[in-house]
Amino acid sequence: MKFVDEFRDADTARALAARIAELCVPGRRYAFMEVCGGHTHTIYKHGLEDHLPESIRLVHGPGCPVCVLPMGRVDDAIAIAGEPDVIMTAFGDMMRVPGGDGSFFDAKAAGADIRMVYSPLDALKIARAHPDKRVVFMAIGFETTAPSTAMTVLRAAREGLENFSVFCNHVTIIPAIKAILDSPDLRLDGFLGPGHVSTVIGCRPYEFIAARHGKPLVTAGFEPLDILQSVYQLMRQLHDGRCEVENQYSRVVPWAGNRRALEVIGEVMELRPYFEWRGLGFISQSAMQVREAYARFDAERVFAVPGVRVADPKACQCGEVLKGVLEPWECKVFGTACTPETPIGTCMVSSEGACAAYYNFGRFSRSRVRAGSAGPTPLADPVVLR
Amino acid sequence: MSARDGITNGMTDEIGNGTERRAGWAEEAVATHAGAEHLRSEEQVLERIERARRRRPRVREQRVTLAHGAGGKATQTLIEAVFVEAFRNPVLEQLEDGASVQVGDARLAFTTDSFVVSPLFFPGGDIGDLAVNGTVNDLAVCGARPLHLSAGFILEEGFPIADLRRVAASMARAAAAAGVTIVTGDTKVVRRGQADGCFVTTAGIGVRERAVTLSAGAARPGDAVIVSGPIGDHGVTVMLARGELDIEADVVSDTAPMHELAAGVLDAAGDGARVLRDATRGGVATILNEIATASQGAIVVDEAAVPVREEVNGAAELLGIDPLYVACEGRLVAVVDPSRTEAVMTALRAHPLGEGAAVIGHVGDDPPGLVLLRTAFGGTRIVDLLVGDPLPRIC
Ligand code: SF4
Repeated sequence: MKFVDEFRDADTARALAARIAELCVPGRRYAFMEVCGGHTHTIYKHGLEDHLPESIRLVHGPGCPVCVLPMGRVDDAIAIAGEPDVIMTAFGDMMRVPGGDGSFFDAKAAGADIRMVYSPLDALKIARAHPDKRVVFMAIGFETTAPSTAMTVLRAAREGLENFSVFCNHVTIIPAIKAILDSPDLRLDGFLGPGHVSTVIGCRPYEFIAARHGKPLVTAGFEPLDILQSVYQLMRQLHDGRCEVENQYSRVVPWAGNRRALEVIGEVMELRPYFEWRGLGFISQSAMQVREAYARFDAERVFAVPGVRVADPKACQCGEVLKGVLEPWECKVFGTACTPETPIGTCMVSSEGACAAYYNFGRFSRSRVRAGSAGPTPLADPVVLR
Repeated sequence: MSARDGITNGMTDEIGNGTERRAGWAEEAVATHAGAEHLRSEEQVLERIERARRRRPRVREQRVTLAHGAGGKATQTLIEAVFVEAFRNPVLEQLEDGASVQVGDARLAFTTDSFVVSPLFFPGGDIGDLAVNGTVNDLAVCGARPLHLSAGFILEEGFPIADLRRVAASMARAAAAAGVTIVTGDTKVVRRGQADGCFVTTAGIGVRERAVTLSAGAARPGDAVIVSGPIGDHGVTVMLARGELDIEADVVSDTAPMHELAAGVLDAAGDGARVLRDATRGGVATILNEIATASQGAIVVDEAAVPVREEVNGAAELLGIDPLYVACEGRLVAVVDPSRTEAVMTALRAHPLGEGAAVIGHVGDDPPGLVLLRTAFGGTRIVDLLVGDPLPRIC
């Protein structure tokens, strides 16, 4: 593949890696958490860990909206989809997320009308085209996707659409980070801040992490070099004895965030008192619900939602993995009972989850591969395509 | 930690609105593997996983889901647990693109394929030439000269005759180009809503005139892995042609008959030919996984060497998919003895369909049964089978 892409150049990466290595204090170990699942995916997809010295470990955080959705909420959505005349709409990556009795895929195969859409506006289109149906949008995601859900509700209100609602599962990132920081077995030296979320909320909300918890944070972009550069900035801070919030992704993330997007969210949604996160349990003020003023677009008010909690099997150690206390492979059911085909824990659900990323991309012994016969590929002349 | 503390503190399992239940399927999955000792080292865990993966697959779902048709793990599980289980015989168990059978002295190849692509007409082709080329290619990669095809049609009430004529004309053209004749067929019409316009099934028979026997299990350490041109054109074209995404790219399907190309490779490789495959649903990555599993070799791919058109790469990136998994309809994957690499590359590049051929990697011996990718970024990762993501119908 021809990656002329300036953000994926192997030589630049090697140079950066060398500078990171120079900053390592001999005998000291470092652990940085990348909060966002998009980062986890990039790290594994490009084999980024091969560039890092052994003493630096990346811990994969809770920033995968699909992974943290509790099974009970999936069951609730399937119950809504089973009501008469309902068309449930959802993003494609929602389809495989397991509930207590199976996923959207299973519900669809059993007869529910569940359709994949690329944006909530597509759901609105379906609602306009089917006035005799009740169209529900399964809204998931952090502050990244909340603005488009909110915009869609405003639009539906303006058009006076009667047959559209959203099942709101939007979560907010800061309380999750707080929960991790408050955990007694925290062993982190710093954070890679989430890139997409920060385009909306900016970098200011992270300041307490540096100020009160003494952990540096660098908001990072999604290309592999962005992440390597951010690790370098974290190491630099530790080396200089600084503890600050820095913005590596300033080409996209404004320090103050996007005021307009925040206003739109605030207009349509408000914080819930608490919300369950798969693997982390209940976290106060960590999710959004639709405001009273837009009650007729709130699926939780329009439909009777069972709201039954589904407990994770006792063997799940997702909480420990999310906090970086355990490596994915250290979980007792990793790769046997819990695989990407049959994920029983949260981190195995989407390829942005730590366990799934490790299983899909990193399930081999790096030391053996380095030493073994899988050595350099004998290549013919490189192909040049137009 | 009490429930209330949990809320202020952030974490607990102990609060809810009262009712709570357990996920039966998850508890059952854990119970099946209960008693496994707690392993201390990563290596041991990896070995246990590989053992678990070799076990006979089980279908857990109660019903067929779209994931079962996506060409990844779910498809494989369904095929092995239902069809191979029911039809078990040595020819089928090889799970090659087509079956190699012997009738008296005649060495034959036999295959079938169904086509449900949507839309029916797309840049570079339509369901008609796709159906002919698909079966011709499955025969070609068995090392056979394709001879005769059958064509079955399932038509939806209301489907325009003009469209049907267009499909038939395109099939006739494709058959002529591939040197095959469509000698038998079948037509069924179902009520409106019970099909989507037009579904086509083709079957084909060919004769294996060369002495070689190709199989995925024949790949050996040291062998070279070759693709015959840029990958992913067909899948990306069809996804974009559906018009659900506001992406425009200048790509056309690569649907083409590869009987000449395959014959050229086999002549050049001689007894150094190990595996030939047609990289359709599931893309090159899926084929490589099948070869790695069957041969218990390690396939090592160099990402920078994999030919992908820039438009395809760009669109795939936007769609969040990896071109390695995107379907092609006119691309060979060949595994050959390293001493024949040059001869095979020369043969490929001499044919218009093989101009963009490239050596993309080699077979190693460790880790057995896995496909590794040396990323352009300078790292290493696994290329696994897809779990079964909901991709649109592309073939
Ligand atoms: S292997 Fe499964 S149960 Fe264990 S931590 Fe990972 S996702 Fe959770």
